[in-house]
Amino acid sequence: MKVLVAVKRVIDYNVKIRVKADKTGVETANVKMSMNPFDEIGVEEAVRLKEKNVATEVVAVSLGPQACQETIRTALAMGADRGIHVLSDQELQPLAVAKLLKAVIEKEKPELVILGKQAIDDDCNQTGQMLAALLGWSQGTFASKLALADGKATVTREVDGGLETVELKLPSIVTTDLRLNEPRYASLPNIMKAKKKPIEQLTPDALGVDVAPRLATLKVEEPAKRQGGKKVATIAELVDKLHNEARVI
Amino acid sequence: MAVLVLAEHDNNSLKPATLNAVAAAAALGSDIHILVAGANARPAAEAAAKVKGIAKVLLAEDAALAHPLAEDLAPLIVKLAPSYSHVLAPATTAGKNVMPRVAALLDVAQISDIVSVISPDTFVRPIYAGNALATVQSKDKIKIITVRGTAFPAAEAAGGSAAIESVPAGGSSGLSSFKGAELSKSERPELTAARIVISGGRGMQSGDNFPMLEKIADKLHGAVGASRAAVDAGFVPNDYQVGQTGKIVAPDLYIAVGISGAIQHLAGMKDSKVIVAINKDEEAPIFQIADYGIVGDLFKLVPELEAELDKQLK
Repeated sequence: MKVLVAVKRVIDYNVKIRVKADKTGVETANVKMSMNPFDEIGVEEAVRLKEKNVATEVVAVSLGPQACQETIRTALAMGADRGIHVLSDQELQPLAVAKLLKAVIEKEKPELVILGKQAIDDDCNQTGQMLAALLGWSQGTFASKLALADGKATVTREVDGGLETVELKLPSIVTTDLRLNEPRYASLPNIMKAKKKPIEQLTPDALGVDVAPRLATLKVEEPAKRQGGKKVATIAELVDKLHNEARVI
Repeated sequence: MAVLVLAEHDNNSLKPATLNAVAAAAALGSDIHILVAGANARPAAEAAAKVKGIAKVLLAEDAALAHPLAEDLAPLIVKLAPSYSHVLAPATTAGKNVMPRVAALLDVAQISDIVSVISPDTFVRPIYAGNALATVQSKDKIKIITVRGTAFPAAEAAGGSAAIESVPAGGSSGLSSFKGAELSKSERPELTAARIVISGGRGMQSGDNFPMLEKIADKLHGAVGASRAAVDAGFVPNDYQVGQTGKIVAPDLYIAVGISGAIQHLAGMKDSKVIVAINKDEEAPIFQIADYGIVGDLFKLVPELEAELDKQLK
């Protein structure tokens, strides 16, 4: 079974976000970029499937500017076999990404596609579900457990009330939640090896996809700052303040 | 054109998040219809009909919708959508699962997790774990929206008397099936709807210590939450998680115990009215946003808090 994983290049989760003074977005110049953490979990899951001889090939796909190749290299160093990069310097919104991935999937014909449940930059949580819709495939979102057998995927999903298990007809889209696995660190020999793995480059035009954004971002602002930092010395003082000052108990 | 709200329900009653989505819909200024899709879901539809400001309830019943799967529910919403200018759902795991599928089938964008309605085509939504707020405008003919419940006060659950109209459900797509659920049972209020939340982090050291927090939650009629670290360590189940990728809460009082305050956690609770932090590390970032911080050993301070509340609440 061929498994395709989608990986997004985002501002590293440890970076403190700074909103640009002109309110057009957030500062990305000279900021550390990394693979979206949920996508790392997706790569890890795919590589584990290959190690268990369930997957025959793992293909990592990233969409965006030239620098996305670094993100693909990270996936290759973790154990993906080859990469596909859809080069675009335009803003790619989830619907456009889903359409591009669909075009790649129609060429590659994987039986399973794994994506992160959301990217930590736009926090949209849309692409996997949209992709499943466009392909007419089943979807197992927010997965904390994945098992494959007899042409079916059994997915345990993290839902608001606890856990839910669904059975999906393959081919299928799975989106990862935090507890699906703990992604490995790539070893130095594997990082070296990854440099020799092939990355194919495509463009939205070549794939015949219109990627024009549907949402216009009018402005990006900083949220109101909280006035915190007050300390109290004793629990008695705390309860008194909560009762008499804040009036919440 | 009217707007449609997808109800979240358990066939018998509405989940509170539905009422927040109705409030967001009300800000659009059109008639509001609610879709209740389920199996034997008339009691939930009757509850929806009583919600103040609802013009009509659409009830779609089918055995396949007993545990609504996105594959089966999305085509139903897609069929109804052309009669509406907007379709809204609460940004719960159920809403997040189905709505992007609806949007893609309609070939429109989704506007995720809105916190404010500026105009019928312009909305504010948090990005980067709430460290920035984006104002976005949609030019699509139908706006597909998920609503962050904590950003909108709940619509009144009583006072309305809308008509209930049955609509045909589509049946099963055959793509997926529901196999089972392990749902946490609790007498406490739902985390996202509770007026008071007490959460534990890595500092709790073990799941065995969470009853300390539960006792306080019970005294205050609150809910218990946790940081990602506490969930990952297996102290408590996943549905306790508060944060960027877990639940978003904004109670009147949030008590963070043994939580250092990573930005991903703050993203889930920083809109709480009053924040209390109990942590032994006085440099912990949680103190910067806490209204009342107290530095010390939580294993000493939490029992003290319990005893003090007993005195206070007497």
